[in-house]
Amino acid sequence: MIPTTYYLALSAILFSIGVIGVLVRRNAIVIFMSIELMLNSANLAFVAFAREFGTLDGQLMVFFVMTVAAAEVAVGLALIVAIFRSKASIDVDAVNLLKG
Amino acid sequence: MLLQELLRDYLPIAILLFVATGMAFAMVALGHLFGPRRDGKAKLMPYESGMTPIGSAVRRMPVRYYLIAVLFVLFDIEVIFLLPWAVVLRKLGLFGLIEMLVFVTILLVGYIYVWKKGALEWE
Amino acid sequence: MTISNLNLVGTLPLLFLSAWACGLLLVDLWIPGDRKHMTGWMALSGFAITFFWVSSNLGQREEAFGGMLAIDGFSNLLHLVFLGSGILATLLALNYLKQHDIERGEFYPLMLFSVVGMMIMSMAKDLIVVFLALEMLSIPLYVLVGFARTRADSEESALKYFLLGAFSSAFQVYGIALIYGATQATGFAAIGDAVAISGASPLLLAGIGLMLVGLAFKVSAVPLHMWTPDVYQGAPSVVTGFMSVGAKAAGFAAIVRIFFSAFHSLAADWAPVIVLFAVLSTVIGNVAAISQTSIKRMLAFSSIAHAGYVFVAIVPGGYGALSDFAASAVIFYLAAYGLTNIGAWSVVIAVDHADGMGSDISNYAGLARRSPGLAAAMTLFMLSLTGLPPTMGFVAKFYVFRAALAAGYTWLVVVGVVTVLISAYYYLRVIVVMWMNSGDGQVVTPRALNFTVGVTAAATLVLGLLPGPLMAIVESSVRGLF
Repeated sequence: MIPTTYYLALSAILFSIGVIGVLVRRNAIVIFMSIELMLNSANLAFVAFAREFGTLDGQLMVFFVMTVAAAEVAVGLALIVAIFRSKASIDVDAVNLLKG
Repeated sequence: MLLQELLRDYLPIAILLFVATGMAFAMVALGHLFGPRRDGKAKLMPYESGMTPIGSAVRRMPVRYYLIAVLFVLFDIEVIFLLPWAVVLRKLGLFGLIEMLVFVTILLVGYIYVWKKGALEWE
Repeated sequence: MTISNLNLVGTLPLLFLSAWACGLLLVDLWIPGDRKHMTGWMALSGFAITFFWVSSNLGQREEAFGGMLAIDGFSNLLHLVFLGSGILATLLALNYLKQHDIERGEFYPLMLFSVVGMMIMSMAKDLIVVFLALEMLSIPLYVLVGFARTRADSEESALKYFLLGAFSSAFQVYGIALIYGATQATGFAAIGDAVAISGASPLLLAGIGLMLVGLAFKVSAVPLHMWTPDVYQGAPSVVTGFMSVGAKAAGFAAIVRIFFSAFHSLAADWAPVIVLFAVLSTVIGNVAAISQTSIKRMLAFSSIAHAGYVFVAIVPGGYGALSDFAASAVIFYLAAYGLTNIGAWSVVIAVDHADGMGSDISNYAGLARRSPGLAAAMTLFMLSLTGLPPTMGFVAKFYVFRAALAAGYTWLVVVGVVTVLISAYYYLRVIVVMWMNSGDGQVVTPRALNFTVGVTAAATLVLGLLPGPLMAIVESSVRGLF
């Protein structure tokens, strides 16, 4: 059996990749994909803990996180498409009407 | 010690991985070495027969595709709750059935909304 | 879980509002486009029914959904804040949407869904519920912020709010995962028990920190505040007024419940972080507000600063006997801030024009001559936001500082008072511009807006002069909860 620590290390790595992706990439869709990666790394941690404890709470949580992620995808893609239609670009640096 | 155990568990997979990769490379290499080579202009086209392709392969899609995709994601994800429920359906009894009916009713509200808004019409 | 520990009766107001929202979404489909205000009035009646329902039974102490939701004085009082801000914002929206040519029926169900999320947030006794409630209140808000779809700044602020909001909620989920890993539980009571036995492990502290990032983002605390001015400026003003109160109060509700019940025994670890948030938010929020020329951005920085004052009230929560006091101070402060801030945003809406003009502080010049009532109300709101008597804002600040003093944080109170003095500069400047300068901008004051301004101004003044009864209600409903 693979020790839980390995899963946690993998999930931490995935989470960090997601954070770095959000911070360095400028394409709104890629940023959004990085956020999904972060959510899924949390899912991996949940499942790993649930297996270690032998309880189901963690697996249950994954269901909710996935559902919420889908809802976020719907709203996020709609916003990105709306921005693209008015600006013909989804580069977040082009989103500059507001200072700050 | 733990690592050794782990490695032993995964040894077959590692072997499979090496064999599969090796096989793929070997096939390409062998074909390259022994196969006949007849280069020509037609060979470099995406399709050897049929029309010559015009324009870039990357085209803008109508926004409708996004709409359908998003709706698919939204209504697809509900299976995630239906499946575990179905597994223990008998144990949950009437209570579980009512719960699921409430859930499906909420989904139905969304479905009626989407339908009435015309998001499901292609034209 | 069985039907017996669901306690559907206790959650009836919440279930009613959710069902009302779903029903309204459908009913709106058959309402013709030029009569969308009917949807608004129906949303309003849903809010009002729930408001009176909740207020008729403030003192109840129950649990629902197998201990995942709490129905108590704390949640009920905050429900009144959420529902009240929903009612006032809907009233404002009736005219605002038409005037800005963005009237669509979905606005009102989205508002209802968001309020349902806020209500669940204040009841949450489980990390799963906290996460779901946070998303349930945020996702409608993302859409509402971008509701003025033809305006590029609304779209941009929606994208910004969405990306940063999703980013912070990812942090929160990861934090919850680590807390679950450290304590084997997601319910606050079980987490509290586990923490009391095993103490703080690095895993747990990392989890708490990551979760706090998500919540601090929602309440726009420095250093997670960068989105606030842009979003407040770009979003339709009714939405801004609504979210600056509702989303902030919901975030603080979750922070209070989590830290006062689940992590009570770790107060020595989290109190310094909360103090840091308090100091940074009050100082940076107030200092940055001084240089703003747009009233929307000024109010945005002011809301960051006010988040800092609420954090001042949360700090004493770690000191056993003081946690009830701290929770009461938080509720009272949020109620005062909510009333005043929605009032101030209604004045902003009156002066604002559909073409984007009128959001500058200089546009308030001569307001006292053109519409003295509006100017007098705005004066009251500015005094209340500063924290000067005879307004509710003064009582609220006094309450908060008293709680911090009782816990021995004299220096924090000194910082608080100094920042209040800094804030007086930019709040009073608005008053000066209104009464001393001359100008000739136009104001649009429909009846609903006059009503909103009147109600909030009257409440700010009356509760500033006679805070006793409300304070007594707050203290008696919160007593013994934490």
